[in-house]
Amino acid sequence: MAMIDTSSRAKVDRRLWIEKIPAAYWIVGVILLIIPSFASDFIMFQIFGWTFILGMIATSLMFLGGYGGMVSLAQMTFAGVAGYMVAIFGDSAIDTISMGWPWWVAIPLALIIAVLFATAIGWLAVRTEGIYTIMITLAIAAAFFYFTRQNYDVFNGFQGFNSVFPPQLFGVDWRQPEAFYYLTLFWAVLTYFAVLYLSRAPFGLALQGVRDNPRRMAALGFNVTAHRVAAYAFSAIPAGIGGILLTWQSGQISPGTIAIQPAIDILIIAVVGGLSHPAGAFIGAFLYVILKTFAVDFLIAMGLSGDRFQLLIGLGFLVVVAFSEDGLLGLWKKLRESRKKDPLTGEVTE
Amino acid sequence: MRAFVERRPVWSAIIALVVLVLLYLIFAIWPEWLVDAIGRKKVFLNALFNGITLGGLYFLVASGFTLIFGLMRNVNLAHGSLYLLGGYIGFFVADSTGYWLLAFPVAFIAVGFLGVLLQILVFRQMEGQDLRQTLVTIGISIVMADLMLWGVGGNFFNISPPSWLSGPMETGLVTSQRVRSSGEVVTSYLKYPMVRIVIFAASVAIGLAMWLVLNKTRIGMLIRAGVDDRDMLSATGARIQLVFVGVFFFGAGLAGLAGVVGATFQSAAPGEDTRFLLASLVVVIVGGMGSIPGAALGALLIGLAEQFGSVYFPTYAVVLTFLIMVVVLAFRPQGLLGR
Repeated sequence: MAMIDTSSRAKVDRRLWIEKIPAAYWIVGVILLIIPSFASDFIMFQIFGWTFILGMIATSLMFLGGYGGMVSLAQMTFAGVAGYMVAIFGDSAIDTISMGWPWWVAIPLALIIAVLFATAIGWLAVRTEGIYTIMITLAIAAAFFYFTRQNYDVFNGFQGFNSVFPPQLFGVDWRQPEAFYYLTLFWAVLTYFAVLYLSRAPFGLALQGVRDNPRRMAALGFNVTAHRVAAYAFSAIPAGIGGILLTWQSGQISPGTIAIQPAIDILIIAVVGGLSHPAGAFIGAFLYVILKTFAVDFLIAMGLSGDRFQLLIGLGFLVVVAFSEDGLLGLWKKLRESRKKDPLTGEVTE
Repeated sequence: MRAFVERRPVWSAIIALVVLVLLYLIFAIWPEWLVDAIGRKKVFLNALFNGITLGGLYFLVASGFTLIFGLMRNVNLAHGSLYLLGGYIGFFVADSTGYWLLAFPVAFIAVGFLGVLLQILVFRQMEGQDLRQTLVTIGISIVMADLMLWGVGGNFFNISPPSWLSGPMETGLVTSQRVRSSGEVVTSYLKYPMVRIVIFAASVAIGLAMWLVLNKTRIGMLIRAGVDDRDMLSATGARIQLVFVGVFFFGAGLAGLAGVVGATFQSAAPGEDTRFLLASLVVVIVGGMGSIPGAALGALLIGLAEQFGSVYFPTYAVVLTFLIMVVVLAFRPQGLLGR
């Protein structure tokens, strides 16, 4: 699973910090920064904006699943809680329910409520292990979906909330494609590095220890349950930010946003990308968005009806899961290792 | 039972009290204040009967799920798809041949064979990798849902039961008694759909048969031994893979059978697969993983909660189901009858 690279720390590295950044980061970073100069509004807003948002929510699952060993289907629910709270505390077209509080109250409050919700759910879910966790979080996601659909006093039932828009901060309309692109990019990058940092911080290391051998960690004096619940609480932050951005992107939130299908889609994104590294979540999200956007055209070109999109997603998911234990990242690792092998001796050369 | 009473006197007293109150509510003629407090008796009795029969249907779906899980530790999240497939097969068999009863064996065998294929092609290849198995079954359920949508479309299919089963049955339970101004006493009795009662009786019979097979036969002994210690059982020379295939066939077949029942009760349509998958998940979480009596108890509880919830607090019916699950998880994580 997750590799913790300590070998480079053994020898003293005298390069400047700027030289230590791997080339891949430079390339991806520059490309992502200059995309708005040539891409169309549709690509910026719909493809990349959506990729970053789904990537963030999938990263929260990757954090729980990859480092904590707890595969949760409730991440979309955490995102939905934050999105709903922004609509309820902030502004929306449903002014009988929305309170219209300023953004600097509504957004932090929404995130805090999402974290509290995730803590409660986590406290329930960690009473079970492994596959049970999937079942319980699936049941929780479904219960929340049906609840929002039937509750009209707070969640406005089937319709949900529409006209939920980001605040006009610094005189910028954050829903313009370019501004929204940079907004989502900023939070996605922050999520990526935060999760990467946390995976090497004491808490992340302890969490990985709990994943690998809970009994030994308990014997060493770590509070296993507390670490797991804390992981759920932390995972609600990227999920919640993703949920708020998702609400702003589509301008609305309704039970359909957090239905069972989207919850399973998040799992598919994270698993297809790979659960060992946050990059997997974003790769998976990019593939998913590309598929979702262009599969209809592709299917029609193949002579099939465009409705068979789910079939394509399901089959693709099956193939990836069947051939690799760690999604696309796992395939990539396998490929690199096989190329490093000496063809004569079969030994791996560094 | 005596041992249970001796071990848990308080719980036994509570259970006895609940049973007594329930018996009173069912058989007594309700006084005015009770009708004022919780509504008419007819509504209550209908909710009770609907809940119990729905529980029978949930038991059929969930018992296959829990049997497979108990023996093989396989979480088959495609179980809901098997249920829906059974419903469709049942509809087309009943529709083309005109025999409602024929739908049951055909759906049972067809879906059972699909289950055997799943076991051989998927679960046996990934033995011991729980997470991967679960993910693969999620993929399979997505593919199956879309294939079924492709094949039969998004319409609702409802199997109509044969004429000798349709229509109401007199239950002989008094719902209300009124005195007319002329002094004549009018007593009305509860009528209940015949088909639901017959199907409930059949699911009780299936449950009892399963219990008998598990506890009184050689095959049942093998299965119970497999649940307790799989490796030891195979070390003693039992052909465990054969037992696995058999149990998978039976469990998947039960899902198909339940599909026919569900299509007769309600209807077969896209989305029912997730609904029943979730219902069986909640049922086995509440009842206890891998326990057949647990599945029965859980199914009854969830069925009653759903029906009473939708009658007495319509907005929060789902939350009531969820609340039961939360309370059980918080105080008894292994389920009510789990070990």
